[in-house]
Amino acid sequence: MIRVGGDLGTHGLGWAFGDGAEAEIVISTRVRLARNLQGFPFPARSSEDDRARVLKTVRAALKALTAVPDIDIWEIDELDEGQRDLLLERRVVSRELIKDPSGGASHAALALWSDDEIGIMINEEDHLRIQAITGGSSLEETWRQVDRLDERLGELLAFAFHHEYGFLTACPTNVGTGLRASVLVHLPGLVLTKEIHKVLEGIGQVGLTYRGLHGEGSEVVGNLFQISNQTTLGKQEEDLVNHLTRVVSKVVDYERSARAMMLRDAPGVLEDKVWRAYGILRHARSLSAEEMMNLLSAVRLGLSLKLLKTPRVQTLNEILVFGQAGHLAFAAGGSLGDAETDGARSAYVRTRLEADEA
Amino acid sequence: MECQDCGLRDGKLQVTTIVDGEMKTLHLCSECAAKRGVPDELPPAPLADFLAQLSPDQAGTEEQSEPCPYCGLTEGDFRVTGRLGCSQCYAHFEPQLRALLRRIHGAPQHVGKLYMSAGSEAGDRVAKLSAMRRRLSRAIETEDFELAAELRDRIHEAEEAE
Repeated sequence: MIRVGGDLGTHGLGWAFGDGAEAEIVISTRVRLARNLQGFPFPARSSEDDRARVLKTVRAALKALTAVPDIDIWEIDELDEGQRDLLLERRVVSRELIKDPSGGASHAALALWSDDEIGIMINEEDHLRIQAITGGSSLEETWRQVDRLDERLGELLAFAFHHEYGFLTACPTNVGTGLRASVLVHLPGLVLTKEIHKVLEGIGQVGLTYRGLHGEGSEVVGNLFQISNQTTLGKQEEDLVNHLTRVVSKVVDYERSARAMMLRDAPGVLEDKVWRAYGILRHARSLSAEEMMNLLSAVRLGLSLKLLKTPRVQTLNEILVFGQAGHLAFAAGGSLGDAETDGARSAYVRTRLEADEA
Repeated sequence: MECQDCGLRDGKLQVTTIVDGEMKTLHLCSECAAKRGVPDELPPAPLADFLAQLSPDQAGTEEQSEPCPYCGLTEGDFRVTGRLGCSQCYAHFEPQLRALLRRIHGAPQHVGKLYMSAGSEAGDRVAKLSAMRRRLSRAIETEDFELAAELRDRIHEAEEAE
């Protein structure tokens, strides 16, 4: 069944609720495929009418998919700013998808499978962005989910494909496979031991790149790095995924040894840093988003090194989402000023940490 | 620190390489780094790179191509946004794009999944089948048996449909 415009509830938060493999360092895994329909200009150059037709065509294809669980669809034009923020903070939509178009309605939409982490952004930079986000480290499995849906949709829709350039995309940096795989990793050990620059440079030299929590154009905060493939043409999908898997597992090993080194050489300093961070999060009466992210990083590190017994890793992931401005405003039932947001954030974090102590 | 290759000159460049799955940092002089195929400076980011390639200075020496007949995108539009307007743009701007794609991706030819929409030529079906078989042997090589099983089923299905 396809449901349109339902309650956002906790949709799209599967990655934050789970723990998954290597959860103490790898927070989530994401894979997306860019696809376009034949016969329509790419969304940015489409007329309002074309975008409406693309959305209608994709919805018809979703309806024709057999043996799928329920799908929820939200049309971005129908959502208010607060609801758009929620989706962005849950990382299931991009800024590109929720921005207001220059003329007319965007007919942009998000389709989410209700029992799964998979979804489709419609009328983003490309007509379709098939994507899945899962908790922990699971590149192969996440890729397989996306691949499977792509195969089925490809039978129902006519994708733009060129014998030489592969799947055609609005940006030439996505052409070919249209595949972007990324892994969100927490690397405080490498940052504190100042090894991170070498690692990031190495990542660049093997055809990978990194971004912040919210993808393209977002800054690195809280020592969270999103590592992804840079090129999409000239390699098979599995090779791109396997290469990323191998490099990420190297980076994770590096992070582990940096942590072990700090624990061996400066245990007192490390323990103090972790407990101070916990103390501030547990008792502060005002927290900016950036301060919260940095303190959460230290607490996450402390948990992984067993310097702290609480909170649970899952709680930290949830705070990462529910401690952001949009979710705090939603919980408060209206918009909040900056000072009010920081106050609400500290209250929310205190409550969550206290609950885990019990 | 001395260059770890020649031991003579100053190893001013730090080069991180991955050899047999091990990440290693080497200190090299520019000469030895060049021998290993490492440029003196990091290559520029792809987007900046391709916009530089299409900078007005360079484009000015050549005649500007006509706008895309399908969506009306001009070379100038592309230079500003870095985005193409429609799938026909790939054919229309092919001469410029070919070099650009090679520079961005290091390769000009798609080797990933093949796609055929319903009703395409028999030749495409054969190509798609052989691509799936290629993926299957790769999956077996890398011991990704779950994917291999799935590909085997897809190949059977496609063969049945022939």
